Amino acid sequence: MSEQTREYPVGESPELPAPNHQPGAVKWVMENLFSSIPNGIVTILGLAFLYMVIPPFIQWAFIDSVVLGAESRQECNAINPDGACWAFIYRRWDQFVYGFYPADERWRVNISFILVAIIVAIALVERLRAIKGIIWVALALVVACIILIVGFFGLERVPTNKFGGFMLTLIIGLTGIFASLPIGIVLALSRLSTLPIFSIFATIFIEFIRGVPLITLLFIASTLLSYFLPPGTNFDLLVRVLIMVTLFSAAYLAEVIRGGLAAIPRGQYEAADALGLSYWKSMRLVILPQALKISIPGIVSSFIGLFKDTTLVLIIGLLDPLGIGQAAIADVKWIALSNELYVFIAIFFFIFCFSMSRYSLYLERKLHTGH
Amino acid sequence: MSEEKNAIEIKKMHKWYGDFHVLRDIDLTVKKGEIIVVCGPSGSGKSTLIRCINRLEEHQQGDIIVDGIELTNDVKKIDEVRREVGMCFQHFNLFPHLTILENCTLAPIWVRGTPKVEAEEIAMNFLEKVKIPEQAAKYPGQLSGGQQQRVAIARSLCMMPRIMLFDEPTSALDPEMIKEVLDVMTDLAKDGMTMIVVTHEMGFAKQVADRVIFMDVGQIIEENTPHEFFDNPQNERTKLFLSQILH
Ligand SMILES: Nc1ncnc2c1ncn2[C@@H]1O[C@H](COP(=O)(O)OP(=O)(O)O)[C@@H](O)[C@H]1O
Ligand SMILES: [Mg+2]
Repeated sequence: MSEQTREYPVGESPELPAPNHQPGAVKWVMENLFSSIPNGIVTILGLAFLYMVIPPFIQWAFIDSVVLGAESRQECNAINPDGACWAFIYRRWDQFVYGFYPADERWRVNISFILVAIIVAIALVERLRAIKGIIWVALALVVACIILIVGFFGLERVPTNKFGGFMLTLIIGLTGIFASLPIGIVLALSRLSTLPIFSIFATIFIEFIRGVPLITLLFIASTLLSYFLPPGTNFDLLVRVLIMVTLFSAAYLAEVIRGGLAAIPRGQYEAADALGLSYWKSMRLVILPQALKISIPGIVSSFIGLFKDTTLVLIIGLLDPLGIGQAAIADVKWIALSNELYVFIAIFFFIFCFSMSRYSLYLERKLHTGH
Repeated sequence: MSEEKNAIEIKKMHKWYGDFHVLRDIDLTVKKGEIIVVCGPSGSGKSTLIRCINRLEEHQQGDIIVDGIELTNDVKKIDEVRREVGMCFQHFNLFPHLTILENCTLAPIWVRGTPKVEAEEIAMNFLEKVKIPEQAAKYPGQLSGGQQQRVAIARSLCMMPRIMLFDEPTSALDPEMIKEVLDVMTDLAKDGMTMIVVTHEMGFAKQVADRVIFMDVGQIIEENTPHEFFDNPQNERTKLFLSQILH
């Protein structure tokens, strides 16, 4: 024990400042990167790797790249054969964003996006009580779809098979996310229900959906479903895809949320019961807010997975950005520009997925109440 | 107010957990305003008994009548009883995601339909009564155990119950916090609340209880006034138990 403090009479030991924990940059580097020989070797190897990868990429993507002034791959090559041919993305931008939505009507897409973006932003920032937020976003999505498909008064009706590109990704991703959350909650509660009808149904549903690859469900949506539907019904393919994606995501969410529910102590249920709250009120006001909070990392992982899985619709012929891109690099003008294409699409997905991930961290911190 | 004299009547009540006969032939009548202290060794069924009174547990035989309402599977009656009966738990069971004030207003707003402003006023009154109005905006996780238990009492009182059940309210507390909780309970008793308290705090029992009930292996073994109970226990098992808790 410290001898020094004994110099003071009992109760008169002065308050000392905490030892300085803010070492300089050199100290930090020595402590964190070169604290031992193996650690130092790993650091050097890592730096070497970064040195080998990053400068050439910057050279390719920024310094040598061609954005404007080229109408084809040849022209790109003529300007600078070593860099990325972003002119390809630039010229095809509208198609990447809107798919084959009629050019004159694209303002409708913009309006819809702005509407949904505002509502989603409000829901996310305000964290309106979860249910209210979901209802608002759902309403916004419905209105957006009406604007997109039917339009209002005398506007041209746009069939959904013209939808494509990032617009399609966002429609499927957002609908899947916001529709699957309530369904997932209901499934999780059903699975835990003491009434066997509910728990058996929920268990079978969840296990079936989770046991089958999404691709298979999408094929079922695109082909098999027509056999079950009465002949002559024309059930929009996009709607079928939305339903399948939503159910798929809901099954995963249900299990994540069930985990969260299982972590809530019995005492919480009992306190809610003892206060006279009904089952639904106690779920809504006491249990679910806590269970969902615990489940945030799992829920967001699941959403990120869903968002990326939207690219699978390519296989049943919907033109998501990958579909658009593959068609575009088959064009002789832009033949085989796959590096540019995949880097571009990767950046798009990364921005969305990374944002979701950061939002989940923010939400966790915001909801932390010190227990 | 109903005309009933008795707050709680339990007649020939039995309960099983599966095959395990946890409560046997319980007969207990609690008059309005009466304070009953229940004690007995761990596992004797004290918690189970008081949890049957607000139907957190279901009994299988006999009758339980609370404030004139017989407890059956009728959900409406269960809700009615739960509105009249408040309960405090050993581990407080506050809602950690809500502030102290929200903990207190939740049930009045959502069960009784009290307007929010009014519910908050009532809540602040009771928080003052348990002497922690200044903590209203904090979360349960930021309070000490004793403070949390007092909030739990205030939360129950906000529903204006006629009967309060306490399941070992001080046994999860550090010694220096026990008194602050017992003081609140003593005040409550003086105000005429009907109370059933599972506790081993003999000082509290002597000071406020009208009757002490001793349970063992699912039965009520002995029932007496506090002074008779502690100074002159009749049953051998009671004597053994008292010698253990009083050292
Ligand atoms: N949910 C339950 N299922 C099965 N047995 C239980 C359950 N709850 C309590 N018991 C048993 O019932 C007996 C009485 O429990 P309890 O009423 O909690 O006793 P006490 O509160 O007097 O300590 C104990 O033996 C306990 O193990
Ligand atoms: Mg107990």
